Amino acid sequence: MLILNCPYCGCYKDETELSAGGEAHLKRFGPGASDAEFEGYLFGRVNPKGVHFERWRCASGCGKWFHAARCTATLEVFGTYKAQTLKPPQAIKDAISAKRPGWTWRDFS
Amino acid sequence: MKRNSVFAVAREAMRQHSGWGRTWGNPEAKKAYDVVIIGAGGHGLATAYYLGKNFGITNVAVIEKGWLGGGNTGRNTTIIRSNYLQDPSAALYEKARSLYETMSQDLNYNVMFSPRGVMMLAQTHHEVRGYQRTAHANSLQGVKTEFISPARVKELCPIINIDGPRYSVLGALWQARGGSARHDAVAWGYARACTDMGMHILQKTEVTGITQSGGNVTGVDTSRGHIACKKLGMVVAGHASVVANMAGFQLPIESVPLQALVSEPIKPCMDVVVMANTVHGYMSQSDKGEMVIGGGTDAYNAYTQRGSFHHLEETVRALIETFPMVSRLKMLRHWGGIVDVTGDRSPILSKTPLGNTFINCGWGTGGFKAIPGSGWGFAELMAKGESPLTDQFGLDRFRAGRFIDESVAAGVAH
Repeated sequence: MLILNCPYCGCYKDETELSAGGEAHLKRFGPGASDAEFEGYLFGRVNPKGVHFERWRCASGCGKWFHAARCTATLEVFGTYKAQTLKPPQAIKDAISAKRPGWTWRDFS
Repeated sequence: MKRNSVFAVAREAMRQHSGWGRTWGNPEAKKAYDVVIIGAGGHGLATAYYLGKNFGITNVAVIEKGWLGGGNTGRNTTIIRSNYLQDPSAALYEKARSLYETMSQDLNYNVMFSPRGVMMLAQTHHEVRGYQRTAHANSLQGVKTEFISPARVKELCPIINIDGPRYSVLGALWQARGGSARHDAVAWGYARACTDMGMHILQKTEVTGITQSGGNVTGVDTSRGHIACKKLGMVVAGHASVVANMAGFQLPIESVPLQALVSEPIKPCMDVVVMANTVHGYMSQSDKGEMVIGGGTDAYNAYTQRGSFHHLEETVRALIETFPMVSRLKMLRHWGGIVDVTGDRSPILSKTPLGNTFINCGWGTGGFKAIPGSGWGFAELMAKGESPLTDQFGLDRFRAGRFIDESVAAGVAH
């Protein structure tokens, strides 16, 4: 059972009270993009065994989307942060580095 | 390899079963093979078997991180059916189902295939229309299915409550020649036949890297050292993205846990497989008498081989409504497997961006039923570079937008 802390309303929510939104920090490609870019945006996924960044929605609380940093191999949660950002904040990256030295995820490390 | 037969049973009965020997080999790894398959589950072993049987390629190693058939092959709920909506899927799954019918004779190993019939309950009017459409599609595809009435459902499976409190049974899609088989025996039988052809099955050998030169694969780094190969097949289910990453490409796959559970053994009460997709549960009775129950997938990625408890609760709640008699059953075991789910819920059997490297993955929540057909088609793809069974299942379909959209056809239990 996964418990995440919503960074907006501050509530600790059980996974049944949240909606999982899949991989975070996807770059959207639209009209004018190449087929490869659009394919990558729609279907290409890191799907890592280890450190992962995801979108979640505080569905039964404030209703806002937020991001979570998690380990898919152990279900450990490194932290959550607001969605209005293109990359994880330094504090989250430091929290991950403390437990998973040398981690990388797409362009982040 | 000694042949299994009634005479072998009689002979061994006379000498305290001392002469059976190993079912499959445990050889030292060679430095190089013509073909290396990563993953000794059902699909990997079936691929190796048909490479040898259909194409005479026997200098093959099947590399396994854990133990043989210890991944999803040993974790599924053993349902075999081919009532798919789309033509490419129906062809592939029907090939698999037909190969299951003769598998025990072909492998000289009893896989306990039991064509007891599979019914998928229609519990909403949308499902009624959907399954009637599937039945029509199946008759065009040469797959024998029919849409049956609630009375016929009750006749085939008397323990069903067809007037449930939430969703009454409005009919069902019935495939009389679907059924189940002993999942471990499928892996063991293929492993035995592969060993018989001189192939090497290397258990407890983890692939740590993939070596390449000039855009072509040259071998794999493993926990037993480097093993060179001319062709490489990746057949690793839930870990497909991890292995593809070693080869330098990304897949349209998400890995999530799927759970199943079995009850204490009870007397025979149900001789068909029932899937109830609206209320989210499916059930059959094993030869041991246990009720084998499958549930839904978790909503988020994980590699933990255990799932969230609330999914079990949903599954069991649904089954109690559909089968009131199971409400007093004790559950014996519960486990999870990591399934590799693609964007269109159909598998990937494909060449890859790395030369002479092929991938077989994306079976998601329903790979067991496809094992022989998948191995047949994937072996042909690896040997000849193309196969009529697999040509529609390439990685390029995601770029072309040519999906094989089965998520609607199959519902949740796939």
